[in-house]
Amino acid sequence: MEQLFSQIFVGLSIGSILLLVALGLTFTFGQMGVINMAHGEFIMAGAYTTYVVQQALGDGATSTAFLLSLPAALVVAGLLGLALEALLIRRLYGRPLDTLLVTWGVALILQQLARDLFGAQNVEVKSPGWLNGGTEVLGVGVAYNRIFIMVLALAATAGAWFVVSRMKQGRRMRAVMQNRQLAAASGIGTAAVDRRTFFLGSGLAGVAGVAITQLGSVGPTLGQNYIVDAFLVVVAGGLGKLRGAVIAALVLGLCNSLIEYWTEASLAKVIVFVLIVAFLQLRPQGIVAQETRGLA
Amino acid sequence: MLLAACGSDSGDSGSGGGGGGDTIKVGVLHSLSGTMAISEVSVKDAELLAIEELNAEGGVLGKKIEPVVEDGASDWPTFAEKAQKLISQDKVAATFGGWTSASRKAMLPVFERNKALLYYPVQYEGLEASPYIFYSGATTNQQIIPALEYLKTEKKAKSLYLVGSDYVFPRTANKEIKAWAAANGVKVLGEEYAPLGSTEFSTIVNKVKAANPDAVFNTLNGDSNVAFFKQLEGAGLPATKLPVVSVSIAEDEVRGIGASKVEGQIVAWNYYQTTPGAANEKFVAAYKKKYGAKRVTDDPIEAAYLQVKLWAAAVEKAGSTDVEKVKAASKGLTYDAPEGKVTIDGDNQHIYKTARIGVIQPDGLIKTVWESKGPIKPDPFLKTYPWAKGL
Repeated sequence: MEQLFSQIFVGLSIGSILLLVALGLTFTFGQMGVINMAHGEFIMAGAYTTYVVQQALGDGATSTAFLLSLPAALVVAGLLGLALEALLIRRLYGRPLDTLLVTWGVALILQQLARDLFGAQNVEVKSPGWLNGGTEVLGVGVAYNRIFIMVLALAATAGAWFVVSRMKQGRRMRAVMQNRQLAAASGIGTAAVDRRTFFLGSGLAGVAGVAITQLGSVGPTLGQNYIVDAFLVVVAGGLGKLRGAVIAALVLGLCNSLIEYWTEASLAKVIVFVLIVAFLQLRPQGIVAQETRGLA
Repeated sequence: MLLAACGSDSGDSGSGGGGGGDTIKVGVLHSLSGTMAISEVSVKDAELLAIEELNAEGGVLGKKIEPVVEDGASDWPTFAEKAQKLISQDKVAATFGGWTSASRKAMLPVFERNKALLYYPVQYEGLEASPYIFYSGATTNQQIIPALEYLKTEKKAKSLYLVGSDYVFPRTANKEIKAWAAANGVKVLGEEYAPLGSTEFSTIVNKVKAANPDAVFNTLNGDSNVAFFKQLEGAGLPATKLPVVSVSIAEDEVRGIGASKVEGQIVAWNYYQTTPGAANEKFVAAYKKKYGAKRVTDDPIEAAYLQVKLWAAAVEKAGSTDVEKVKAASKGLTYDAPEGKVTIDGDNQHIYKTARIGVIQPDGLIKTVWESKGPIKPDPFLKTYPWAKGL
């Protein structure tokens, strides 16, 4: 029983990581329809931002540096996204295949850039003291860094939800995504909205990168580990739907951890993939369907 | 996945070649991109250092050695493809390359078919002895078996848990470990594999915790180690509570994981940067001088360095770069390597090596806590171990 609780916690934890890495994609891919293969590299940029901030502030300020990295990574990854949108993607709207190839190329360039700047070796990001170790809840060992990631995922999702549904900017965003021509005709500067949406989506990837430094290695190919999962969450959740992404991430996380517990890691991955394919056969629009009157 | 798509097709025109011309070309084939780049870039650096040193002393047979560097891109078919390119297009005299067993297995048929030489610098799972490969890293009985013996006699471990990446080396190594354990009265409580490159280990850590073994035998490769140790520590299992013996973590990997996460953990190799001896001091100094004071040397780096020197010595002895002549000259060839004196075994083309068990220090270097009495004869097929029958 304890083991089951323990696995459920692991599942929720995996789910929150999935949610965090996929959150940005619900904007760029889900809402704007841009297949951004460089999304993983924005995560990587966020992770390296943490490293740079830590190096800059020195060993004594690990904790401050880590917290400071969150907004810093949002800005760094967001600016990278902005540059990508302005220089390339803007010219390729409505051409998904070209976008896919171009952003894949950008992903490779960013990886190589990281390799040239920081070396092919992984770099070490130190954990602040309060993220080390863990505690027991109902006999289940929970690591502090996992709790932190859950809280961060929650906060990021809440923030994203607030922007989308409560702010003027968010309303414009949704208007443009649902019917671009009509939005433009109503006086919304669609190009500016696109830029802001892309900044937000990319910036969220950077925030995910900060969290990921606490889990694994920080290296140039870090983003590759998460890109497929991020797309899976968005597709399974239903394009552009925050609620769908939350449900999909948690279900996928729980499936992963429980199936892995009863079988093994490699097999669990296969089973989860099969389940997703089967699910999308039955419900191609994902868990939560986009309701739109747009023609596109 | 798509990584194979980005290989360069550069390379010089056919001039020079293996024997003719003013230079002797050799291939250097490692993953310079992808998940294995973390380990293989340093190995490539060591090989280039050895070549540079040889050239400074006048090269081999009075000719300069010209390295042709190719990227295997952490993709096994790419390794085979690049190996073929080095042999047929660049006409290299020998190739130094590979890290994962999967890459070696992919290259093996290429070298056998072309009757060309591969020098492979990494410890591996044994059960192989290609006539066209020289194995300069340890085979099982020079690394894994001494590590198991150490756990049993020094750490009094009565039960083990096996954790590894899901590919050739860990699966084969664990088969051997289970056979050894059955013969030695040590219980194997469980066996878990994570996909190569995986960074999610909470479930595996949970299973290990529930099984409560005396020690974990870790055959994870590459980046996964970072995640595994971070998550092990997060679950309240540092080295003092649960010793983990690793056979794929050396000084270079410790740098990426962070010494604080693996301090006190046990590793098994044949060489550490701290290994005493004049040859090693000279090697460490040269490596740091060329690549920076922050860089460290470790077992595969040293093996990569020494295999280039062994090849050069064999070529000098043979008076030719001809593959069969080099092979004949290599039988029983010795060299004063940084790890101590090494000898090529004439039968299986592996190398006599001293086994060393080490403990990771807070500064990221590794201290030897136990070593075998002299170099161990390589036995890739474990013929001298009765429990290994039928593997």
